Amino acid sequence: MAKQKLALIGNGMAGVRCIEEILKIQPEMFEVTVFGSEPHPNYDRIQLSNVLQGATTIDDITINDWNWYKENNITLFSGETVMNIDMAKQIIYSDTNREVEYDQLILATGSIPFILPIKGADKKGVTAFRNIEDCEKMIEYSKSNKKAAVIGGGLLGLEAARGLLNLGMQVEVIHLSEYLMDRQLDPTAGKMLQRELESQGMNFHLGKQTQEVLGEIDVKGLRFSDGDEISADLVVMAVGIKPNVQMAQKCGIPVNRGIIVDDYMQTRIPNIFAVGECAEHREMVYGLVAPLYEQGKVLAKRICGMEGKAYEGSVLSTKLKISGVDVFSAGEIFEDEQAKSIKEFNEWNGTYKKVMIRNGRISGAVLFGDTTESNNLLSMINKNAEVSEYLEVGASEGPSVSLVTTMSNEDIICGCNGVTKGDIMTAIESNGLTSIEEVKGCTSASRSCGGCKPLVGDILEMTLGADFSESNQKESICTCTTLSRDEVVAEIREKNLTHTREVMNVLGWNTSDGCSKCKPALNYYLGMIHPVEYEDEKESRYVNERLHANIQKDGTFSVVPRMYGGVTNPDQLRKIANVADKYNVKLLKVTGGQRIDLFGVEKEDLPSVWADLDMPSGYAYGKTLRTVKTCVGENFCRFGTQDSIGLGIALEKKFERVGTPHKVKMAVSACPRNCAESGIKDLGVVGVDGAWEIYIGGNGGTHLRAAELLCKVKTSDEVIEITGAYIQHYRETANYLERTSVWVERVGVDSIKAITSDKQKRIELNQRLNEALSVLQEPWKEIIESNAIQTGLFQKVKIPAISNK
Amino acid sequence: MGKTLQKIKVSTVKEMPKNLGKTVTIGSQEIALFHLANGEFRAIENRCPHKGGVLVEGIVSGDHVFCPMHDWKISVKNGKVQKPDNGCVKTFNVEIENGDVYIVL
Repeated sequence: MAKQKLALIGNGMAGVRCIEEILKIQPEMFEVTVFGSEPHPNYDRIQLSNVLQGATTIDDITINDWNWYKENNITLFSGETVMNIDMAKQIIYSDTNREVEYDQLILATGSIPFILPIKGADKKGVTAFRNIEDCEKMIEYSKSNKKAAVIGGGLLGLEAARGLLNLGMQVEVIHLSEYLMDRQLDPTAGKMLQRELESQGMNFHLGKQTQEVLGEIDVKGLRFSDGDEISADLVVMAVGIKPNVQMAQKCGIPVNRGIIVDDYMQTRIPNIFAVGECAEHREMVYGLVAPLYEQGKVLAKRICGMEGKAYEGSVLSTKLKISGVDVFSAGEIFEDEQAKSIKEFNEWNGTYKKVMIRNGRISGAVLFGDTTESNNLLSMINKNAEVSEYLEVGASEGPSVSLVTTMSNEDIICGCNGVTKGDIMTAIESNGLTSIEEVKGCTSASRSCGGCKPLVGDILEMTLGADFSESNQKESICTCTTLSRDEVVAEIREKNLTHTREVMNVLGWNTSDGCSKCKPALNYYLGMIHPVEYEDEKESRYVNERLHANIQKDGTFSVVPRMYGGVTNPDQLRKIANVADKYNVKLLKVTGGQRIDLFGVEKEDLPSVWADLDMPSGYAYGKTLRTVKTCVGENFCRFGTQDSIGLGIALEKKFERVGTPHKVKMAVSACPRNCAESGIKDLGVVGVDGAWEIYIGGNGGTHLRAAELLCKVKTSDEVIEITGAYIQHYRETANYLERTSVWVERVGVDSIKAITSDKQKRIELNQRLNEALSVLQEPWKEIIESNAIQTGLFQKVKIPAISNK
Repeated sequence: MGKTLQKIKVSTVKEMPKNLGKTVTIGSQEIALFHLANGEFRAIENRCPHKGGVLVEGIVSGDHVFCPMHDWKISVKNGKVQKPDNGCVKTFNVEIENGDVYIVL
C-alpha cells in the first residue's frame, strides 16, 4: 500500500512533537514533509531565555537534530515559508515555488511576537524575543552597548531582562500594569518578585505606557505617555504573542483569534488540522508547552486513525525561569464572590503561598519563594481536588517527607512532557536507572524546563529504596570519591600520603583537582596526621582561613584581634580606635564571644591594619579555638567561687591556633549562674565551691544542644589536661566540619569519658596535641613579615580606566 | 567605530601562586585573574551572578572556582555556572609574554 502523504507547516516544538507521536504509533504509515521558516532544526524555544542568561548554549537546545529528520525519512524544507494552500487539490506552495501534495496537513505555525504599533518601533536596536536570531542579536548588542529597556514585565520580558543583566547591561523594565506578571500573579506575589529582581539589579517603570521609541536610525531611548523619557541602546519588546494565522486566513480556513479546531484538533476544512500556539480550542489559545504537547498527542492518534481521548483544554501553569527566583502560578489566581483563598505569607523568609478554592475544590495557586509544592498543587488543580485533600497533605507532611510519596502514579511530574510518577517509576525499575540524567534520557521527564528535577530525584530515591539507603550509610567525603572519612584517613596513615593532590591521585578521585568540599578536608586530615612535617596548603583553605580575616558579602573583611578571656585594657582600646579611624572602619561591633570586630576593611589593607593593631589574631574565622568567654569571677563578683577569668585566659593561651575539624568555642563561669553560658559551648567549665565541672558538646547555634557533664576536677591544671585530651580526641576522630555537638552525640559521651579518664590515654593525647601546638606561628605577624605572601595573596592590581574608542 | 583591543599588563607569572586568584580592577571593571594548577591563566568577571560574591577569593579546583559566599561552582574557562545552579559571568582573554601576564580588553 502506498504511503499517505503527511505535511507539516511549522518546524517548531508543537508540530514536531506531534510527528514524533505519530511515528511512535505508525512508523511506516506516512511520507512526511516538513516546512519551517526558521533555518534551524526543531529547537527548544523555552530554553532561549536560558541561552540569554548564559546557562546553556544554542547548540544545546536542539531537540531534533538534522540526523533525526534523515533517520525518520522526513523531508525537511527549512528556511522556507508556505505561502498558499490549494485546499481543493490538496497542494501547498512555498515561497520558493515548491509544490507539495498532501493527504493530511497539520498547521503548526506558532505565534508571532506582538510589536507595539508606536512611532519608532522600526528603529535599529528594537527587537522581539522569540527566536534564535533575536537571542543572537541581543547578545551581540550587549557586547558594545550598556543600556537595555525591556517593554513588558511578564514572563518573557523578565526572563529577557535577567539575561541582559547577565550579559552585563543595565536593564530597565517597563510594564503597563502596576505590578509584574499581572496575568499570573496577584499584587502581593508581584511586589515580592519586584523586590527580589530589584535586588538583582533590575530597574522598573510600572504603570507606564510607552508612546515612542526615540532616536534617529539607532534607538536612543523611550518616551512614555506621561512625558517621561529614559535612554536605551537596545529595546526588547516582550508585550505578548499572537497566533500566526495570516496564511491560513488568506486560504479561507476559519480563524477567530487562532485557527479554530475541535476536540481532535481538526479545523473546519477536511484533512487539515492545527496544533500548538496557532490553534484556538474552545476559545482558548495556549502559549505554554505542556498544553501543546497534550494537543500533539491527541492529534497524533487522530491522524493515525485511532480512537483516542478528546482534548478538553488545559489548566495553565507557569514557572519563571530566573535563577534564584522561585515563582509558580496555576489556574485561577484572583478571589471573587465564590472563589476564596488560603494564604500564607512569611515576610521573614520571603515566601508566599496562595491556594484558591472554588466550590470547595482547589482551583488555582500562586507560590513565591518556595515552589516545592507546585507539582502537587498542579495535580490537585487538574483533578479539581477537594480542599480536604489539600489540607490533609499539608497536615500529615513532615518537613523532610518529599511530596512524591503522597502522589498517585497518575500524577504528572513533568508538566512540560506529560510524564507521570508511574512512568518514571516503571522506567527506573525496568531499565535499572540510577540518575536524573538517565531518567531524562529515557522518559523525557525534566527535558524541557527542568523544573521537576528535584521531584525526579525524590522518585529515584524512593524507588531504589534499600539500594539508596545502603549507599547512604557510607557517607563519602564529597562527590569526587566514594571513600568515607575513616577510609581516607586510614589510607593517608597507611600509605604515608603527604599532599592533597597525592591523596586524590593515589585514592582514585574522579576529579583531577577535587572540589571545595574535599580540598579543605584533606588539608585538615593531612595536617592532623603529620602536624610537624605537613606544609599547610593555603590554596586548599577557605578564603577566611587563607587570608586570616572574615569575608563579608561586599568582598571586604572583618578583623577580630585576640583579647584573651574577653579581657581588654585602655592601650588595646586606643589602638583599635586609632585603626578604626585610620582605615575608615564601617562598623565596630562587640561579638558574642566577647571580642571587638572591625568591619569593612579592604583586603589589601589587612596586613597594615594588623601591623597597626599589633595584637595577635583572634581567629574569628578559623576552624580552631575561637574564644574562651568568661564571667567576672571571684575577684569582683559577690557570687563568684573561682577565678574564671584566670582559667579562661590560660585555656585560650594554651590551645589557640591549633586546627580542629570545626570551630571550637569555650567558656568559663565562676558559679552555676553560668553568666559565660558554659552550657552551650563545645567545652564549658563551671566553677563550684572547691571544684570545676567540665561540660562538652554544647551548641548555641544551628544545632541547639545542652552540653553534657564530662567530669568534675579540683584544680585548674586538671581542667587544662582534660581539655587537651578532649580536643585531641576530637581532632583525631571527628569528620571535618563536624561540630562537637554532633560528634559527641554520634560517639556518645560515655566513650569520651572512657578516654579522658584513662590516665595513660590522657597523657598520650596531650603529647600529640603539644606536638601540633609546638609548630604554630602567629599568622598575622607571619604575613606582616612576608612580602611574598602579601604580594601573592593580598595585593590588588588597579589600572585606571582605559580609553577605548 | 570598531574597538581596538588593548593588552594590559596586570601581573607576572612568578608573583601569582597556583590555584589562587588576584583582584584586577581596570577602570570600573573588576576582574578575577586565576593561575590554574596546570599553569594556565584565566580571567573572569569578579562577581558571582547569585549574590555578587567575589569569585577571586574562591577555592580553585581544575577549571572551576567555588564562590566563597554560597559555593556556586563556576567555570573559569567559559564563565558558565555549573548545575544545578544557572547563570554565567564574563570571561576575558589572558596572554602570557616573557613571564608577564596581560589581560586583553
